[in-house]
Amino acid sequence: MNGYDLIVVGAGIVGASCADEAAAAGLRVAIVEPGPIGGGATACAMGHLVAMDDDPAELALARHSLHRWEEFADLAEAEFSRCGTLWVARNEAEAAGIAQRVARLEASGGEAHAVDAQALYRLEPALAPGLCGGMLVPREAVVYPPRMALHLVRRARQRGAVLYAGRAARRLGRAAVTLDDGTVLAGPTLVATGCALPELLPQLPLRPRKGHLLITDRYPGLLHHQVLELGYADSAHGHAGSSVAFNVQPRPTGQILIGSSREFDVADPSVSAPMLQRMLQRAFDFMPALRGLRAIRAWTGFRPATPDGRPYLGAVPGRADLWVAAGHEGLGVTTALGSAQLMLDLLLGRTPAIDPAPYAPARALA
Amino acid sequence: MTERYDVLVVGAGPAGLAAAQAAASHGARVGLLDAQARHGGQVWRHDVRRGAPRAARKALDALARRRVEWLPQHQIVAAGRRTLLAETPQTAVRLVFGALVLATGARELLLPFPGWTLPGVTGAGGLQALAKQGWPVAGKRVAVAGSGPLLLAAAATLRRHGAHVLGIHEQAPATAVSAFARQLWRWPARVAQAAALRATLAGVPYRFGSFVRAAHGIDALEGIDIEDAHGSRRIACDMLAVGYGLVPNVELAALLGCATDDAGTHPRVQVDRMLRTSVANIYAAGELCGVGGLAAARIEGAIAGHVAAGAIAAATDLLPARERERRFARLLARHFALDARLRALADGDTVVCRCEDVALAALDGFDDARAAKLATRCGMGACQGRVCGSALAELGRFPRGGFRPPLFPARLASLAAADLSLPDSSIPDLST
Amino acid sequence: MNAAGVVRLSVDGEPVAVPAGSSVAAAVARVTTRFRRSVRGEPRAPVCGMGVCFECRVRIDGVPHQRACITPARDGMQVNTDD
Repeated sequence: MNGYDLIVVGAGIVGASCADEAAAAGLRVAIVEPGPIGGGATACAMGHLVAMDDDPAELALARHSLHRWEEFADLAEAEFSRCGTLWVARNEAEAAGIAQRVARLEASGGEAHAVDAQALYRLEPALAPGLCGGMLVPREAVVYPPRMALHLVRRARQRGAVLYAGRAARRLGRAAVTLDDGTVLAGPTLVATGCALPELLPQLPLRPRKGHLLITDRYPGLLHHQVLELGYADSAHGHAGSSVAFNVQPRPTGQILIGSSREFDVADPSVSAPMLQRMLQRAFDFMPALRGLRAIRAWTGFRPATPDGRPYLGAVPGRADLWVAAGHEGLGVTTALGSAQLMLDLLLGRTPAIDPAPYAPARALA
Repeated sequence: MTERYDVLVVGAGPAGLAAAQAAASHGARVGLLDAQARHGGQVWRHDVRRGAPRAARKALDALARRRVEWLPQHQIVAAGRRTLLAETPQTAVRLVFGALVLATGARELLLPFPGWTLPGVTGAGGLQALAKQGWPVAGKRVAVAGSGPLLLAAAATLRRHGAHVLGIHEQAPATAVSAFARQLWRWPARVAQAAALRATLAGVPYRFGSFVRAAHGIDALEGIDIEDAHGSRRIACDMLAVGYGLVPNVELAALLGCATDDAGTHPRVQVDRMLRTSVANIYAAGELCGVGGLAAARIEGAIAGHVAAGAIAAATDLLPARERERRFARLLARHFALDARLRALADGDTVVCRCEDVALAALDGFDDARAAKLATRCGMGACQGRVCGSALAELGRFPRGGFRPPLFPARLASLAAADLSLPDSSIPDLST
Repeated sequence: MNAAGVVRLSVDGEPVAVPAGSSVAAAVARVTTRFRRSVRGEPRAPVCGMGVCFECRVRIDGVPHQRACITPARDGMQVNTDD
């Protein structure tokens, strides 16, 4: 009998985290994944563990999650590197908002400092001249998401979880999932399929938001922090059809990962030369030294975006024993561990560590 | 910067040179580009001591009389509709074309074995190319190994450059090689070629059913283990030139959307008899359509050049000659088929992905190149999986795929420079 | 190139002369067997000789990750291995 305490559909970073959390809580877990573990948005992500402060609910989830990430700071598979985040201001107007952002991050339990222009160039000498300072968030880090997802699935399996690899969930029944080979799994079900969510739960609105990334050969010592423009949130959380923002990351290998772009309503996954061009020009504006570096690889991915930018975390309205954890857009890696804990709190009837209301899937049906 | 051509030819080996000449003979404005600094490709590579081979010089002379613009050190890094983005040592150039002839040739098949990453271990064609460009081999003890007639050509070049060629170790059994030789009379030019090579290589042992099992050394090659019917023995050497044949360079074609034939171990570009790919106005000639050798490449280059310039009749005349040469290629492939033992040389500790130092054992349990890459970094390095991807396909692990720009590592400034999205209506369509 | 058909450059600070038309790889080979270190620190040197394998990467005139095998040697070049 294929009966489980929880069937997790999807083994991206969110599904893998939920499976790991559930297995750790002693549940009998099934994991259903048609492709490679962490092979969707997780594989395409930058892996930046970052608290965004523009939405209090998102900040609460991120803060909680960032604490949980500390558990993996020494895990080889995580490739955890505490490079910190450096936000840069192009002008006085952007710099003027820093004090408020520092205050919000500190109020949430984080650490952040305003830095003046002089300090900014001491931290990152390769930045373009003429910037107005910024904000340093020293404890933030980067990880390598697909290996992390693989690690979490392996750990869940060591605790008894069963992986249905290469199998897709075709139909959700009453506390049951039918797989593409006809196998029926029985038990409460948690859907964590990211961009594929509408295939199983079309009632929850979700749009893929395409992004481009590019990675260079190894240039150790050129970049020290994850560096973003303070205007990043305008691109990340705005609703423009397409936008780019300066966002660069030093990988532990010495490679530099360069983002970012956002496009709605593009289904073609191929690398778009014009988009890459826009993204790179933006990066050169902030860091001209990038021009001469060699790119090894460029790729795209699709972020699962909900209408209000917050993930769906909780029970699917009107469906018994059906749960969803999806729609994390660009913050799935940061918030996966906190999302998993919140899901298990709700599933097991524990008092949630953070207020679940802002993420309740019911809001999409209201 | 943008340049426009009626016919653009990628690759200046024998196929590309023939294509450029054929297209230009009909009055087309032709651009001929190559990543290398000189014409000739691999087989006609310029030799610092001996210049270019006579046939290559004749091809170049013919080209000089035509309207062909030579674009050396142009590495294609991205492609759009009717547009390629090339990087040069100084800048990036947008190349707009009416018709495109792909003559990107082949690279050597390199198979992993213990010690193959030591300095001093090279490809067979690899060391030949290095020597032609001045790599010092004089007085060096060199073992040549692998498979196919390329080994003889490589050994001959090395000997002319003063190397002490210890022996040529052909993995194919003697029976297969002599069966091949018995068929050779049908191609008299090949007989003459083989005789000339034998003369150059007089006194160099040519062993069959013989292959390199391992290479030894601390910081560089010191010796190799040779295995044959009599068992395994160690010989001391300074260099090992080992190659197992050729792999078509299909990456650019695939990026452009040209269909590939994936039935064999290594993909090749699909063409019809007039060498049209599945994409309109894009043609392919020579090794990337399936390894066929020099003569086939020259004929196919001419066919593709004529067709790209709209001269179907001139191309049709060459079709019988092409078929004859393709028969030779099939003969070659049949008789030099790889011994299964070569696919088992690498042990778990042998590095397979040289860019990221991924050992073979790390790939156990993965049946998909992408999943393996995500978990182990295999294929994530600067060669973009060209070496390990082809090797792993040959080892029966998983095929490489997913070609995206940049096609080769490229300066960020190059990728940011050219907008490839603009379709260009100012280019006449010469083909039919 | 000078009148004698010889190109003079420096590899890891050592002066090297190679015949005109030689690659940077040919010049480096006269000085060291090791072109670069792999990510785990192993010594590496050219393999394919034709710009495909990227094992011959060196720093030329301050620019890292250049393929020595497809770069023609020129007078005055400063080449550094072992990046």
